[in-house]
Amino acid sequence: MNAMMLCYALLIGLALPLGLYMGRALDSDRPSPLDRLFGPVESVLMRLAGVDRRASMSWSAYLLAVLKLHLLLVALAWLVFMGQGVLPLNPDGIPGMNWDTALHTAVSFATNTNQQHYSGQAQLSYLSQTLAIVTLQFLTPATGLAVLLAITRTLLRRQPATNAGGGVGNYYVDLTRIVMRVLLPLSLIVALLLVWQGVPATYQGAERVMMLDGGAAQVIPRGPVAPMVAIKQLGTNGGGWYGPNSTVPLENPTGLSNLIETIALMLIPVASLIAVGVISGRRRLMMGIGSVMIVFSLITTSLIVASERLPNAALAGLVVEGSPNLEGKELRFGSDLSALWGSWTTQTSNGSVNAMHDSFNPLGGLGLLMDMFVNVTFGGIGVGLIGYLLYLMLAAFIGSLMIGRAPELFGKPLETREMRWISLAILAQPLIILGLSAITVTFPGLTGNSNPGFHGLSQVLYEFTSAFANNGSGFEGLGDATPWWNLTCVVALAVGRFLPMLVPLAVAGWLAGKRTAPQGRGSLAVESGAFVGLTAGVIVIVNLLGFLPALVLGPIAEQLVLAP
Amino acid sequence: MSFASFLNSTRRDNTGGAVTALRFTLLMAGLLGLLYPLVIVGLGQLAFPHQADGSLLSDREGRVVGSALIGQKFSGDRYFQGRPSAVDYAADAVAGSNLAPSNPALRQRAEADAQRITARDGVPPGRIPADLLTASGSGVDPHISPESAAVQVARIARVRGLAPSAVTALVQRYSDRGNLGEPRVNVLALNLALDGRE
Repeated sequence: MNAMMLCYALLIGLALPLGLYMGRALDSDRPSPLDRLFGPVESVLMRLAGVDRRASMSWSAYLLAVLKLHLLLVALAWLVFMGQGVLPLNPDGIPGMNWDTALHTAVSFATNTNQQHYSGQAQLSYLSQTLAIVTLQFLTPATGLAVLLAITRTLLRRQPATNAGGGVGNYYVDLTRIVMRVLLPLSLIVALLLVWQGVPATYQGAERVMMLDGGAAQVIPRGPVAPMVAIKQLGTNGGGWYGPNSTVPLENPTGLSNLIETIALMLIPVASLIAVGVISGRRRLMMGIGSVMIVFSLITTSLIVASERLPNAALAGLVVEGSPNLEGKELRFGSDLSALWGSWTTQTSNGSVNAMHDSFNPLGGLGLLMDMFVNVTFGGIGVGLIGYLLYLMLAAFIGSLMIGRAPELFGKPLETREMRWISLAILAQPLIILGLSAITVTFPGLTGNSNPGFHGLSQVLYEFTSAFANNGSGFEGLGDATPWWNLTCVVALAVGRFLPMLVPLAVAGWLAGKRTAPQGRGSLAVESGAFVGLTAGVIVIVNLLGFLPALVLGPIAEQLVLAP
Repeated sequence: MSFASFLNSTRRDNTGGAVTALRFTLLMAGLLGLLYPLVIVGLGQLAFPHQADGSLLSDREGRVVGSALIGQKFSGDRYFQGRPSAVDYAADAVAGSNLAPSNPALRQRAEADAQRITARDGVPPGRIPADLLTASGSGVDPHISPESAAVQVARIARVRGLAPSAVTALVQRYSDRGNLGEPRVNVLALNLALDGRE
């Protein structure tokens, strides 16, 4: 538990100053001294891209700009993956990817998911790993944060912005600021620290050596790994250079690199909450939201850490009694640091791993799934808090009715149009995850299971859950490089990314156009402890209603079978 | 709002269309996808050339024998042996076993490995350190636990005609107390030292 508490303390200690910095650096309505430092470069970039910096977009234009840019990002990545065989920066001579895996990979990275149905070191050229993947690993978390900024300006800010011109902000300006002021500087620092610890940074191809015992050949894949691993961790991306991600010593060599990567994966999601508190002036609301998230986080993390300290049932009577479950884990991290990473990576929709989740004990796997169902325990960059706001809107609707008021949020009426879209965005999750899982297990030829019994169902459930949550981790034994898995996951990825992210933006835009009712003593107090508790209750109940039966048939049944 | 009125409302904005999106995409791809990795490779090669190239180990004759970070397959009795690997230490095919605790295949593999370890080092079932019976996530874990090294010392000393205390001293030299992780021994470095080749 010591290591776990140290990581939580370090996380909060670093997220506080970063969040305060982000609150100043990203608020485009308030000039800051940082504008002098970053302004000149940003204005050159904006001029090169042909963006009118002062033009503020309406919410609908912002939304369309997001979709337009992402269509281009998918196209760019898809073309590079399929054409990598004839493109430069391919010292190991890797051929082009087939169309369906390339499409899945492009959508997976364009949705900040990084679900991988391939092994990077064997199936992607250096050009694919950098030009296609690293670019998307910057722009997709930046998009989540940009949309959050737009919602903050429209819905959360106490004083309406003076110079927003009625719009919600400029998408390209927001993206550029987030990349230049937050993601790029942090990535430069983390990447260099990782090179120091042993993560490769070279354009040379793989090194071929003769193994000491017996002299068989061993091929050691290399590349510009460190720059990717840094933004992979910082940007709630998760897609690594090597197939098994940060279990591989070249991607995560030491105890220190593991600490850096662990903190990095949670840092910006936590800091974003503080930044929004600064920009909106709603510090109490953000404190309330933050405390719900930290409680959720501690609950599942404790469950998973405790689970992985238990012995692996398959080894009973063979290993020293009381050994933790080390199957799929690296010795340098052991069970606690692997469980902590697994928990944080599923809470934040990062999806990188430093141990193989398929081999976790059943209750550990249960915790990972619960993290991904909830998906707002800090959550992905920007989208974690946006997802929480979605639940908050539902709770405001329910809470208003409970106190006998017409449903309202921040004094604006929540009406049929808003509630229809909010409900759709929340219900799409169980509909898509359970629907696609049901179809897949109905045709056993489609599942590609590597493990039998109840765990086989968990593998299918995990894959769709991970896709919809834009997480990207997997029960990796699953044979998922098939057209069925690629195409169904594309649906889950796209709906799971854009619906829960863009519906709150639309609702914010709709509410901004309505008249504000004066706040009185009978109004819904969204910053009160009671309402914070109500929102937490709504999150728990909605998820239990949706997924408890599936959890009983998967990990819980598996645990009952294994129990002595 | 109907879809047509939605599109109309966006048309009033003077915020650039597909051309802006395309120019922005290409600009960012150049900056983030090409320039940023190039800068890190450049700085990394300047500051930490050994690590940046993959922490390669050379023997006394200067031949590259492996990477300090990548485990190798050892099966001879003369060498300390590492953890089971789902890919036989093929570094270009890194993977874990992905076997669930409920999968009978995991039990079968562990029983076969346990028999071999009992025959080789005389450790009875129930006393084998867990890392010697579990496959790592990467399949190329370079480490074993100090306990796993300790159970192999007697065999190494016997086969190589060394004093057990000398072998134990060598093990200690290649051990990491694991301040930020678990205590561990680097198997390749230790075996290179045994051969006097480090």
